[in-house]
Amino acid sequence: MSEQTGQAGIEAEGLVREFKNGPRAVDGIDLRVAPGEIYGFLGPNGAGKSTTVLMLTTLLPPTAGVARVAGFDIASEGGKVRGAIGAALQEAALDPLLTGREHMRLQTALHGIPKAERTERSDELLARVGLSEAADRKVGGYSGGMKRRLDLALALAHRPSILFLDEPTTGLDIQSRTALWDEVAGLAKEGVTVFLTTQYLEEADALADRVGIIDHGTIVAEGTPAELKAEIGRPTVEAVPRDIADQERVARALQPFGEATTASHRGAASVRLEGGESQLADVVRALDAAGISIEQLQLHAPSLDDVFLAKTGRSLEGAGEDAESEPGSGEMEAVGAS
Amino acid sequence: MNATLRTQVGQLARRSVLRTLRQPGQIVPALIFPLFLLAVNSGGLKSATDLPGFPTDSYLTFALAVPFMQGALFSVMNAGTDLARDIETGFLNRLALTPLRGAALLSGLLAGAVVLGVVQGAVYLSVGLIAGADLAAGAGGALVIVALSVSVTVAFGTLGLFAALRMGSGEAVQGLFPVFFVFLFLSSMSLPLELLQTDWFHAVASVNPVSYLLQAFRSLLIEGWNLGELALGFAIAAAIGTIGMYAATRTLKTRLVRT
Repeated sequence: MSEQTGQAGIEAEGLVREFKNGPRAVDGIDLRVAPGEIYGFLGPNGAGKSTTVLMLTTLLPPTAGVARVAGFDIASEGGKVRGAIGAALQEAALDPLLTGREHMRLQTALHGIPKAERTERSDELLARVGLSEAADRKVGGYSGGMKRRLDLALALAHRPSILFLDEPTTGLDIQSRTALWDEVAGLAKEGVTVFLTTQYLEEADALADRVGIIDHGTIVAEGTPAELKAEIGRPTVEAVPRDIADQERVARALQPFGEATTASHRGAASVRLEGGESQLADVVRALDAAGISIEQLQLHAPSLDDVFLAKTGRSLEGAGEDAESEPGSGEMEAVGAS
Repeated sequence: MNATLRTQVGQLARRSVLRTLRQPGQIVPALIFPLFLLAVNSGGLKSATDLPGFPTDSYLTFALAVPFMQGALFSVMNAGTDLARDIETGFLNRLALTPLRGAALLSGLLAGAVVLGVVQGAVYLSVGLIAGADLAAGAGGALVIVALSVSVTVAFGTLGLFAALRMGSGEAVQGLFPVFFVFLFLSSMSLPLELLQTDWFHAVASVNPVSYLLQAFRSLLIEGWNLGELALGFAIAAAIGTIGMYAATRTLKTRLVRT
């Protein structure tokens, strides 16, 4: 059972993990995650997200730096850290030959939950993640979304105060992804601290109270999604004239509002609003004054991808393709062991 | 064993047994293949019983000891492959995040080998007796044969666990099968030690522990109750199991690098 850990979240200073003859997967990161917060750790493949999670969950000793999770030191109080956290690591690690209920039974027993409470706790969690009906089926027949939901239920078996989710929705369809987001948001409302790694911008945007963007083992930006976007980007406005022959006139009307950007519609003109979204009313008035009939007017808010682009010079999508793949946990254990 | 450890071993043993029973692909070859070889060898080598000093006039009875060893070799593969799969899929990491003790993990994983050992022992012996083999030690001897089968299966299973923890790959563990089979062939599998005429082969078979495990089974089948040979067989199984468990425990500590 998890110990009483007060209101401690996650703190790390100068956390480093260097692999033998390999890259410095994590290169001195500092973290502060408040209790009850959803912290989104965003970055491309190979950025160091999973290595960070393995260190914070005590499965990989750091090469340097210190971290406290739930108030306990990850290097010297590993057992206490593990008692306070739940984790669903990359790839749902399940036994295809066991049923969902058998997984819950094993997990609750290994966490020392009294026998009398195991069945009730298992049923409660299976119901919570919508797997009551499938509970007695072998996991080998589960869909990807069902496996991820069972993974989440298993991570919650011992009522952890902090939950680590390593790319929980990778490979899931939109419906399964949304269902998992709802569940994670619900947990945070109950006071569970969530450390969520993801390579999906919309996931970090939708779920996280704060986001840390990691690239090549270092945190390149951190803040609330709104802060990060405000720091970097200004919105763009795109006007599509009813008659595409008016494109030049639209462009001239928009010119005073900011720098021209590439429009996404044929015949449209687009500018980045120097004064932010409050200029939208002025844009409408300017187009009206110019006597241009407008079919569509779109305001595009800056995205976290814009933030990533500004901080690293690359777009998040595809940034991982060049990066050296982050070692799998098994490989890291072998290296760490030597 | 305290209550926590007992719970952990019990739960992992349950999982190991369920896994074994739900994989007919593990059980069936371990039953069929040794019996097939028994049928071939006992038919083809029957004339060996004419050799002076051969301990029985039934080659089937002599050869019936071999399936128990071959079955135990399958347990190396089964126990090792199961653990390697846990490493590959990250299931071991899931277990590592619980207060699980290493000893509980390894003991629990061997529960499947115990079940396999009981099933194998009972099936080999039953088929052998139905086919006309002798059992000089009688009904009590049958129980001891099954117990010895379980001991050898568990002992060899620890080697599978060590291999899995060392290599972390199911394919690599399965690649060891021919290596273990060589040990079987370089033993008194086909003839008694005393009748092996080739010097080098006799020397190798004489130091090969498999020869003495075979002899323990044969003593019950051919002679009756030879406590010396039985004790030696159980002692060798215990020694292999102890060495395998020690190696597996040490390797687990480096494989599970939790702080």
